[in-house]
Amino acid sequence: MKPPLFRYQAPKTLKEAVIALASDPDAMVLAGGQSLLPALNFRLASPSLLVDIQHIDELKGISIAHGQIIVKAMTRHRELELDERVRQANPLIAETMAHVAHIPIRNRGTVVGSLCHADGAAEVPLVLILLGGSVVVEGPSGRREIEADKFFRFHLSTARRRDEIAVEARFPVLPAGSGWAFDELTRRHGDYAIAGVGAVVRLDAGGHANDIRLAACGVASRPIRLLEAEKLLSGTALGEAELKAAGKAAADLVSAPDDMHATNAYRRRVVAALVRRMVAKAAARARTRQ
Amino acid sequence: MSTRQFGARIERNIDPKLLRGEGVFVDDIPLPQPLHAAFVRSPFARARIRSINIAAAERHPGVAAVYTCDNIGDLDVEMPLLIPHSSMKHPHTQRPLARGDVYYVGQCVAMVVAVNRYVAEDAAALIEVDYDPLDVEIDIEKAVEGGAPLVHADAPNNIAAHFVQVSGNPDEAFAKAEHVVKIRVQVERSTAAPMECRAVAARWDEVSQELTVWDGTQAPISLRGGLASILKLDEDKVRVIAPDVGGGFGQKIMMFHPDELLVPMAAMELGRPVKYIEDRRENFIGASQERTQIHYIELAAKKSGEVIGLKDSFLHDTGAFIPYGIAVAQVASTSIAGPYRIPNIWVEFKAVYTPTVQVTPYRGCGRPQACFAIERAMDQLAEKLGIDRFEIRRRNLIGEKEFPYPREGLLFADGLKVTLDSGQYHKALEMILAELGAANFAAAQQQVRAEGKYLGLGLAFYVEGTGLGPYEGGHVRIHPITGKVYVNTGLSCQGQGHDTVFAQIVADQLGVKPQDVIVVEGDTKAFDWGVATFASRAAVVSGNAIHKTATIVREKTIEAAANMLEADAADIDLHDGAAWVKGSNRFVPLAAVATASNPLRYAFNKAAQAATQFAPASRHDGPPLEEGKAPGLEASDYYSPPCATWAYGVHGALVEVDPELCTVKVNKYVCIHDCGNMINPMIVEGQVHGGVAQGLGGALYERLEFEPSGNLANANFVDFLMPYATEIPDIKVMHLETPSPLNPLGVKGVGEAGCIAVGAVVASAVEDALKPLGAGRFHQVPLTPSMIQAALDRAGR
Ligand SMILES: Cc1cc2nc3c(=O)[nH]c(=O)nc-3n(C[C@H](O)[C@H](O)[C@H](O)COP(=O)(O)OP(=O)(O)OC[C@H]3O[C@@H](n4cnc5c(N)ncnc54)[C@H](O)[C@@H]3O)c2cc1C
Repeated sequence: MKPPLFRYQAPKTLKEAVIALASDPDAMVLAGGQSLLPALNFRLASPSLLVDIQHIDELKGISIAHGQIIVKAMTRHRELELDERVRQANPLIAETMAHVAHIPIRNRGTVVGSLCHADGAAEVPLVLILLGGSVVVEGPSGRREIEADKFFRFHLSTARRRDEIAVEARFPVLPAGSGWAFDELTRRHGDYAIAGVGAVVRLDAGGHANDIRLAACGVASRPIRLLEAEKLLSGTALGEAELKAAGKAAADLVSAPDDMHATNAYRRRVVAALVRRMVAKAAARARTRQ
Repeated sequence: MSTRQFGARIERNIDPKLLRGEGVFVDDIPLPQPLHAAFVRSPFARARIRSINIAAAERHPGVAAVYTCDNIGDLDVEMPLLIPHSSMKHPHTQRPLARGDVYYVGQCVAMVVAVNRYVAEDAAALIEVDYDPLDVEIDIEKAVEGGAPLVHADAPNNIAAHFVQVSGNPDEAFAKAEHVVKIRVQVERSTAAPMECRAVAARWDEVSQELTVWDGTQAPISLRGGLASILKLDEDKVRVIAPDVGGGFGQKIMMFHPDELLVPMAAMELGRPVKYIEDRRENFIGASQERTQIHYIELAAKKSGEVIGLKDSFLHDTGAFIPYGIAVAQVASTSIAGPYRIPNIWVEFKAVYTPTVQVTPYRGCGRPQACFAIERAMDQLAEKLGIDRFEIRRRNLIGEKEFPYPREGLLFADGLKVTLDSGQYHKALEMILAELGAANFAAAQQQVRAEGKYLGLGLAFYVEGTGLGPYEGGHVRIHPITGKVYVNTGLSCQGQGHDTVFAQIVADQLGVKPQDVIVVEGDTKAFDWGVATFASRAAVVSGNAIHKTATIVREKTIEAAANMLEADAADIDLHDGAAWVKGSNRFVPLAAVATASNPLRYAFNKAAQAATQFAPASRHDGPPLEEGKAPGLEASDYYSPPCATWAYGVHGALVEVDPELCTVKVNKYVCIHDCGNMINPMIVEGQVHGGVAQGLGGALYERLEFEPSGNLANANFVDFLMPYATEIPDIKVMHLETPSPLNPLGVKGVGEAGCIAVGAVVASAVEDALKPLGAGRFHQVPLTPSMIQAALDRAGR
């Protein structure tokens, strides 16, 4: 479990990093290393060059502007989780981040790294999908912004081109008056989710859902919006029967096959239950924020 | 009088060092310019090797040597069958490096030795092995059917051993039975996963012609014997040191893992120190594992619930090799009747070869499987007869006055008759009943069910034959300058706290602080005789040996001090590091007594001046050292137990099952535990806690996922779900202390106790919780959410 030979560069500017990455077709970006280093040690990845971006100051920090929380590439999970401004602007984020791995890993791993790694069971990609955020990438041919819906292709694969560096992620702030909820099922505390569900719900004066967004992770090859379930719930008072139907609709989107941690049937049951619970929880919070 | 140290909750002597990171493990030994070994391992469960091409690896810069079966000389043999037994008709052990065939994914095929581990791994990747893969069957039930692919051509139906033991007259009992229950239970394959993986380093000293091997082993003395005989060296010229070791759990008793022979060989051949530090993946695929058994157990009972007969037939997965003999299956088969009288027993097992890494004892060693079988069967019988689960046990437990309770016809793993020596089983049952609030539990269950909550109560009893022979020894010496006491034994420690409990034993005899007793073990140069650390035997066997030795040193000390103080030996008392004339303030420090007991010739310092044979106080008639006496306050002695001593306990849990998410939350976990007299209750509790944690792993999480091809799909801690601290509930341990009548200290072993009952407890509790939903029975562990989901699905929930 030792990595094969590789070259290593640690540029100080984004420009140098982009050049370095483009210089070698087998180069890879190294951010917090929490996924890449194990892959190297298992010899599952064998890049000839690692471009370490952790010393690039312009890739650090969090800012909030124009309804967007902008998270630069070298922001560690833990920074985002503990940022008080972010907690105010979108409490869903902190609530979800607490489920990502364990604190020592959150101290090193980066938010954007998690998006680029694009594990189908990861929490951060779910949040981006749920809120309708985006990822900004920069390569030799310039910068572009990729919508969350388009960014995640399948497990461990994104729309980022190999020679592009993801420079920031943009998470919308929580729409006013909305309630939120996230929970997941893991076998052990801090593991990747067997299934996770996030919900954002806004109610009208009569207690009917007039804006509802649902997303799940761990159930398909990438995080998914639960559109059918959203449709079934939207405009309703979120009663038992509607929640049940929405849960079932969500379960029908579970495409993950049986694996060693869960059967497909079990994941379906979990997603259905989480949808019912998360919608109810988000609605309860929405009521207190109206 | 000093307070008694035996029984005191004193902190462990070793902890400050370990907690400060000052422990020295094999990888920390500062060897000069060591070479590093890496292995090429088989990717196939069963294959014929057509050819191995090492040319590119040999040419790789930094490589010192590449070994295959063709250039390891005398080591190219099947490794020893450590424990032969007549039930094994076709015993097989592996070779250090595969010759011709490979038998499991992970088997060592070649070894590269290079300047560092990186280069060694790079070169290993350059070795081309051409394999011809063969068919495999890893399901033990299918493997014993005719026509299944054979692991070893000479072992029909893949049967490595077949053994039947009988006690009483089981056929007659079943003929008389008013009720019979029969169930099938299954326990899955797991692994010890010690925090420190296995490790070995070796240095050959050209000048002294001595081989020194640092090995994270549980058995340094046995390892020395094996190395000396296989490498054809004098035992005297081989020194094995087990330094600090990060957990063993049985995996490190097994010898030889191939590296334990190959690394010393390479060090001798290359004339440079060589080390091999096993990595986690290698530990998963290359180090011994345990647990898979499938039992068909039947109980014959009267209407009253009294169990009069037991029949159990089980399959035991032994992996591709059986170096440790039938130990695991034999322990399971002789523990099968648990704490119950059950006078008539028929128990049969077949040990089955599968193309997987070898199976040897892992903490529990067959007991968790046996406990799961008998305890699940007792629950089933209770349900069938409509008797409460506590009551059915009450009616069958061996009574306090019935000890010693022999099971004629059953031979334990030490080759001696199973005889349960002492216990208060009924009292333990009443304690757990009270602690769990079992009397009111049904009402509590009812009450929350209305809120959609499902609570369950589970319990399981276990017995544990501990402290197996043949013997261990002790050596105790009082240091002449410091008065500190040095103690040696032939074991090694993997974190259990030997240094503290042995110190407590000695402290009581010599009247010193436990902190002033320095225990040195795990080094063949420190003590020459002994067996190893396994089978919950250290406290029992070494503990009593050290106790016996300490009493001899005590007598010597008192005699010498009586002389010096001109008092009667009966009037001398040892406490506070000195010998005192009782009821007076006259004393001599132990250091002075120790110095004076050595009539040495030269007066190096003040203390030595007092001791030299020319000193005024010396005897001047006869030789300075009387005939039959030895210099110094020192002794060695041995203890050999007459047979195993049986610890026991009962565990119970209150759980909540979420029927939507199919998760199990343990709200309360209680252990009533009896290991005889406790030397240090805190250490006992630590052992029980750790065992329960490991048991919860086996009950809910840990399962090695062998694909049908024999590939291990979860050879890492991401997918092999060893529970974190966050998964372990608070554990309440309550003690009973029924002394063992078999040894002077009255102690029984505790090392394995904690893990034995947990699977049965959890299954019992989950079953109880989900009974209202008609989920049926849970007869397999680990009990996963997917299994609960499937059960609820079948029940239409
Ligand atoms: C024990 C453990 C448990 C974990 N549990 C969870 C969990 O429960 N949920 C979860 O979501 N994650 C989990 N993780 C993974 C962890 O969260 C990810 O490693 C982390 O989020 C990825 O970020 P990183 O900075 O470490 O990326 P790295 O490991 O450095 O990189 C990961 C991948 O992304 C690429 N990359 C990273 N940053 C960029 C960038 N700016 N531009 C382009 N490419 C980039 C790298 O080239 C690489 O391919 C766990 C990890 C461990 C070790």
